[in-house]
Amino acid sequence: MSAHKPLPHDAARLHVTGAARYVDDIPTPADCLHLAFGISSVAAGTVTAMDLDAVRSAPGVVAVMEAADFDVIPDCSPSNHDEPLVSDGTVHYLGQPLFLVVADSHLAARRAARAAQVSYAETAAILTIEDALAAGSIFEDGPRVYTKGDVTAALAGADHVADGRIEIGGQEHFYLEGQAALALPQEDGDMIVQSSSQHPTEIQHKVADALGLPMHGVRVEVRRMGGGFGGKESQGNHLAIACAVAARATGRPCKMRYDRDDDFLITGKRHDFRIDYRVGFGADGRIAGVDFTQYVRCGWSMDLSLPVADRAMLHADNAYLLPAARITSHRLRTNTQSATAFRGFGGPQGMVGIERVLDHVAHILGRDPLEVRRVNYYPPAQAASSDTATGDTPGAKTGAPLDTADLAGRGSVRVEGSSGGGRRFGAAYSPAPAATGNTTPYGMEVEDFILHEMTEALSESCDYAGRRAEAAAWNATQPVLKKGIALTPVKFGISFTLTHLNQAGALVHVYQDGSIHMNHGGTEMGQGLFQKVAQVAASRFGVGLERVKITATDTGKVPNTSATAASSGTDLNGMAVKVACDEIRARIARVAAPHLQAEPEAVIFDGGMLRADGAEMTFEEAVSMTYMARVSLSATGFYRTPKLEWDRIAGRGRPFFYFAYGAACTEVVIDTLTGENRILRTDILHDAGASLNPALDIGQIEGGFVQGAGWLTTEELVWDAKGALRTHAPSTYKIPACSDRPDIFNVALWDRPNREDTIYRSKAVGEPPLMLGISVLMALSDACAASGPAYPDLHAPATAEEVLRAVGRARA
Amino acid sequence: MTKQIVEMMVNGETREVMVEPRELLIYVLREQLRLTGPHVGCETSHCGACTVEINGKSVKSCTMFAVQAQGAEITTIEGLGSPDGLHVLQESFKEHHGLQCGYCTPGMITRAHRLLQENPNPTEEEVRFGMAGNICRCTGYQNIVKSILAAAAEINSASEAAQ
Repeated sequence: MSAHKPLPHDAARLHVTGAARYVDDIPTPADCLHLAFGISSVAAGTVTAMDLDAVRSAPGVVAVMEAADFDVIPDCSPSNHDEPLVSDGTVHYLGQPLFLVVADSHLAARRAARAAQVSYAETAAILTIEDALAAGSIFEDGPRVYTKGDVTAALAGADHVADGRIEIGGQEHFYLEGQAALALPQEDGDMIVQSSSQHPTEIQHKVADALGLPMHGVRVEVRRMGGGFGGKESQGNHLAIACAVAARATGRPCKMRYDRDDDFLITGKRHDFRIDYRVGFGADGRIAGVDFTQYVRCGWSMDLSLPVADRAMLHADNAYLLPAARITSHRLRTNTQSATAFRGFGGPQGMVGIERVLDHVAHILGRDPLEVRRVNYYPPAQAASSDTATGDTPGAKTGAPLDTADLAGRGSVRVEGSSGGGRRFGAAYSPAPAATGNTTPYGMEVEDFILHEMTEALSESCDYAGRRAEAAAWNATQPVLKKGIALTPVKFGISFTLTHLNQAGALVHVYQDGSIHMNHGGTEMGQGLFQKVAQVAASRFGVGLERVKITATDTGKVPNTSATAASSGTDLNGMAVKVACDEIRARIARVAAPHLQAEPEAVIFDGGMLRADGAEMTFEEAVSMTYMARVSLSATGFYRTPKLEWDRIAGRGRPFFYFAYGAACTEVVIDTLTGENRILRTDILHDAGASLNPALDIGQIEGGFVQGAGWLTTEELVWDAKGALRTHAPSTYKIPACSDRPDIFNVALWDRPNREDTIYRSKAVGEPPLMLGISVLMALSDACAASGPAYPDLHAPATAEEVLRAVGRARA
Repeated sequence: MTKQIVEMMVNGETREVMVEPRELLIYVLREQLRLTGPHVGCETSHCGACTVEINGKSVKSCTMFAVQAQGAEITTIEGLGSPDGLHVLQESFKEHHGLQCGYCTPGMITRAHRLLQENPNPTEEEVRFGMAGNICRCTGYQNIVKSILAAAAEINSASEAAQ
């Protein structure tokens, strides 16, 4: 059975030979046109005059489209109908599309776009948190507030109270493949769109809206993206809509891709946050109550900012039982790019907030931060209740080592032992069980908490205590270079918080020759979703993977899909494919059973055969027999996530099906004269449930960690006083390179089945590992703290400059 | 603008193209020769997605004019192997999971190919610094480095066996 095997990515053979096609690689008809936006050069105001004569007369230009060319300007917003394709005369940010150039080449379109003469009446741009608060520039009617218990009383009664603030920068996605779309006009006004999008249904919906067509008039296909990371959940809308309206206007195919600078300037990034906190705690470090205020810079339009800000609130507890908590979230509207989804979707920012609080508390008490973290953990999971223990866990995987032969030599700290929760860790500083209850600040019971065991296993395998002592000894004698070490946990909620999105469909065909065509609503952006789901399909039919053809995501095959986001791709689509496969399998079994002298339920699909009581036939024979019996070999599958119930306004309910867990220990060294810093070693233990494909999951963990570490260290977005993003290319925006790695990097899976009934008891793994990168920020804070007596108040990103400032604060 | 004829040897074949003087090599490869393995990532020579081999050197083809390639010998990812006949490096990237979204992969492998010509037996450190001009946003590089080291070991053991 292929489920749980560390098989290569389904398209690896194509990728390594350059044969895998992205949108810009698809051969286009000879008359294809190319598009570029002309963008604003001011951040706020109105356009007083726009002379496009030079644009229209530029070589190669076929058409120019501006607001006046539309009866209604097409809208590109995924949420609030507040993103006109081109400006209606008001300018909301520097980089906003003002007009659209349609030309016979990409270069001609870009050249022409620069020939416009635009005059503006500038107004004062709202750029900072202070600007927005002063101007009352907000989304929704006021701040959202989630509360648990009486925070005021908890703070008043606490032994210690501390205040603090952390600034957390945004992050550019820097998907290697920039945004791209291609529209091909069809008969009767219909449109086919190829898009580099995580959300084909959204593209279909928005293109149909722009063209005045029912959704059935638009078909969207996505074979793959060259990276998404959330940046292609909504930000591809503009290009697809632009291509579609230009294709409608000209009757010719139209293609658009942003060059990298335009991509930086036009599209949204991770939300930057400021988090203020007041925490009350005891002498043992146990938190009595915490009051968070999160300020979220959302940019000019609503986009996905509300659920992003919600998820930040939902992760303000991370792994810690907060007896009393208040989380206040201000969603600020600013004249900057509209901040959007980015791996973690607000969760990472909320989590940085509480990790900062625990770091601060430990510093005040002079205690080991890990000790303070553990004393505040949620109580351990109890054994799973019987109703969740009956799921489909083939092969009795529980606790058995997985087939991960090719992972040998990775230096992994594979952790063996009995499965399930409940074991208390037994280190010298084990705290007593946490205070009563296991309820999050939003009223959800944490039933599956496994971080006690994971933390214990990781801290032992990486020798946290010994290395912490060594770092302290080093710091005591070294005047310039200071070391820091931190072990931080991750508890990440899995499910879309907009509950209705937790659904998925699949379409599976078995052909007469026994080959299988599989389709579902998820999109492939490198995460290996297609491979994992194909492994599910092959496992259900008991056949080899070579029989399963994975096809491009297509709104004509599976309708009404949700974005491939929220780490949910495999959970949702894997289940939908399983349902479809099982339906066909049951039909085949009913036809074949009499020939095997067995009941249909007794027929086993395995090794390319159907078997029952010693009788057997090949899968092909059974399929052929089913066809001859005039029984359908095609089925749809549908899945909806169970147990969810959530009121986002009240902040009460169960927004998540389950939590995914992880822990990382990172050691760093800083140069206190320059702020320069290095990661020396990182050890990770991550929970992917019973991994569907350990190799792909470890790839997600390594990549997620590095991306998270980049976010919190070198990746700095700088807007100038006029609202111009000055870091708009890789020359000025520094993402991690091959040489920026931990000297030692150990990654291991916590291979235990999910207690909830997910696909083969696996867990989602897309976003959670990004937050393992928080261990780097906390290790840097630890190193800065070693340079002086005061708390360093390290902000993110912890660039060399910021580390130097923090060293100064520690010494003040 | 007046177009010029440029003749170059691409993946072992002589190719003649008509180009504008300011046309970049990457576009000529992708659009005229339909070699879409090299990708456009940043267009400023930072990301390495467009890396090809020219006269025995790794070159980012987004910052070279096509006219500068007059008479040059060029190898793109398509010249190293095909889906039915993978080069050792290609096989290694596939088997060791040295890719996720795959967009950087052709440039990575092309660069790694040249790196192993320059240094057939590199240490991990040398691989990491030798590959530092190629950005990957997905993998965290661990498996890329592993793929290159494994390929180097295989090439070396094959050449030892041949001797």
